[in-house]
Amino acid sequence: MFQQGRNAREAGVCLPQTGGFEGVFNVAGAENMNRAAISLKRMLTVELTGAEILVRSLKEEGVTHLFGYPGGAVLHIYDALYQQEDVKHILVRHEQAATHAADGYARSTGKAGVALVTSGPGATNAVTGIATAYMDSIPMVVITGQVFTSMIGNDAFQEVDSIGITRPCVKHNFLVKDVTDLAETIKKAFYIATTGRPGPVVIDIPKDVTANKAEFNYPQTVSMRSYNPVVKGHIGQIKRAVAMMLSARRPIFYTGGGVVLGRGAAELTALAQQLNYPVTNTLMGLGAYPASDRQFLGMLGMHGTYEANMTMHHCDVLIAIGARFDDRVTGNIEKFCPHAKIIHVDIDPSSISKNVKVDVPIVGSVPDVLQEMIALIKGGNKKPDEDAISEWWDQITEWRGADCLKYDEESGKVKPQQVVESLYRATHGDAYVCSDVGQHQMWAAQYYKFDKPYRWINSGGLGTMGFGLPAAMGAQLAHPDATVACVTGEGSIQMCIQELSTCLQYGLPIKIIALNNRYLGMVRQWQEFFYDGRYAMSYMDALPDFVKLAESYGHVGMRIDNPADVDGAMEEAMKLKNRLVFMDFVTDQEENVYPMIPAGAGLNEMILV
Amino acid sequence: MRHVISILMENEAGALSRVAGLFSARGYNIESLTVAPTEDASLSRMTIVTRGSEEIIEQITKQLNKLIDVVKLVDLSDDEHIEREMALIKVRAIGEAREEYKRLADIFNGRIIDVTETTYTIELTDSGDRIVEFLAAINADEIIETVRSGVSGIARGEKSLHP
Repeated sequence: MFQQGRNAREAGVCLPQTGGFEGVFNVAGAENMNRAAISLKRMLTVELTGAEILVRSLKEEGVTHLFGYPGGAVLHIYDALYQQEDVKHILVRHEQAATHAADGYARSTGKAGVALVTSGPGATNAVTGIATAYMDSIPMVVITGQVFTSMIGNDAFQEVDSIGITRPCVKHNFLVKDVTDLAETIKKAFYIATTGRPGPVVIDIPKDVTANKAEFNYPQTVSMRSYNPVVKGHIGQIKRAVAMMLSARRPIFYTGGGVVLGRGAAELTALAQQLNYPVTNTLMGLGAYPASDRQFLGMLGMHGTYEANMTMHHCDVLIAIGARFDDRVTGNIEKFCPHAKIIHVDIDPSSISKNVKVDVPIVGSVPDVLQEMIALIKGGNKKPDEDAISEWWDQITEWRGADCLKYDEESGKVKPQQVVESLYRATHGDAYVCSDVGQHQMWAAQYYKFDKPYRWINSGGLGTMGFGLPAAMGAQLAHPDATVACVTGEGSIQMCIQELSTCLQYGLPIKIIALNNRYLGMVRQWQEFFYDGRYAMSYMDALPDFVKLAESYGHVGMRIDNPADVDGAMEEAMKLKNRLVFMDFVTDQEENVYPMIPAGAGLNEMILV
Repeated sequence: MRHVISILMENEAGALSRVAGLFSARGYNIESLTVAPTEDASLSRMTIVTRGSEEIIEQITKQLNKLIDVVKLVDLSDDEHIEREMALIKVRAIGEAREEYKRLADIFNGRIIDVTETTYTIELTDSGDRIVEFLAAINADEIIETVRSGVSGIARGEKSLHP
């Protein structure tokens, strides 16, 4: 009955159409009086389109950046975005990058990242990024456009069942069929994405819903009878765990991404230092405990350090926190920590006793549980057995003596390890390091010592090549003054290379550290070890000239092929504060990632070099 | 071990596919699945019969609990419970067989709910085992078709599943 004029909308009021107005007042009778009252109420309340409600809701959620790509089904939303300045839209060059950039934003801030894509191919292109976030429990809200509600199921142009396609790789998803449900759905989406074990949530919005109007009231609170994540751990279990920890003679903290995501890094550091116990982080947990600290043993698992894996294998009490006993960590599960009693703290009950049976399970948020532990230890009489712990440290020092991360520094070739160490020095260990997937990812994890959480950003669970550059865009937008490095390979970078264009458009001074060995290095390494050196399709022929490529996108390109030039080039690149620099390091072609646990072996059966 | 899991969930579009998708994605098997709204129309009640080791059943219940639409669930096999299933069996009923199937239906507390010159349709509501026994008692050649509802389960006594 009512329509908003352009000026009226700007003024925030709603004007009635003349016809409707007369219709109300010309007819007599109580029912019509009632209708008149409702109409008057409508005149006084502001009705917004679904698109406007969406944008206003994002603002209410504190969203500063929205990564997206327009298309038919989301045109109303783009029109609403165009008419405001609170939520900044970043135009990527491919929807996969929109989700990875939102993901990088989330991983570097702890806040939910938000992406917007159109229906059909927009949604399917986004799926890789959604699955990447799901596997690493990253809070993200992805808005997908959808065809008109009346067309759903008719194989309409650019229609795909986004809810069906994303169902196995989201924490939850919603199809909004009525504009009056939109604001509440958005509130729920952010609540679900960011609480409990975080994860991506998809909101699929048909085009007509973005055009239809409703009153806008953003809910201040949300409560769902079917979703109540636990925070506090069971105090009885925590007491049992503390008693077990204090009676340990050979303890170790094994901590994962849950400590970073749950904001428990400070508590972990306090607890580990209170006890003087060794700490190892998973690939996802790097930065949760300061890597430069004496008690840190490095990363564990397939490409973890010798000392971390040996300490794990021989421990008598394993304190697992926010980690999920992934196959890349445990090696052969039959041989995993044979002497250990296991304590496991996790927000997600389904992570507990999934792969490895634990003795003391504690479901709760990491900082809450660790604070309880710290207080119990401080308030109690029992102290760790100092002699036993000192003996344990002696043993660990002996394992450290293997110097498992040493590499040939005299080869005359640029060594990938050397490049990462150089990056560490040039950035004073304080950069946001976004990695792609492969050998370079492992070298970055091994040789860059992360002292703070949120600095190490990589696709650990899904292992998505192409993640690095768009993730770095998200991190750089979230931290405009920080140094953001993208450690990548010549294979991975080409999977989202088009984003160099986005970086130019928004002036993102990312430092791309490409470890170019002309091989899909991790594939080649496995082919060398397990397929008698038959390098099937792992050689990258016909590579572009990355220097010229970077330059053609308006950036700075550098090629470094002499080990003596590595540090100088790195310093020079870091000085170019406002420019993206693509550093093409021509590295030793057949360098392998060591140490390594071969498939089927236990943590104590590492190949050192 | 066979387990009967009873789930109270939001009566939302797509809730069923979330459960079915979880089972197929994680390689759990479903022996039967039934679902319908409860007296509170906003809730559905589902009964799933599945098989697995204790570890697998523990994972199944944890993963189901993780689904946002799942309000509550209980493994009915942990305690005393009742299971019922309904079957509709259409048999060839000609000549002497007509009297024979009438008797058989009576013995199993079944009801003949449709009669034609050549067929009977028998409704039987009982435990799954009893239905299997009934089917075994009929000559397989005489069965035209069988429809089984899958198991519905409920705890005995005061115990109940509420939001």
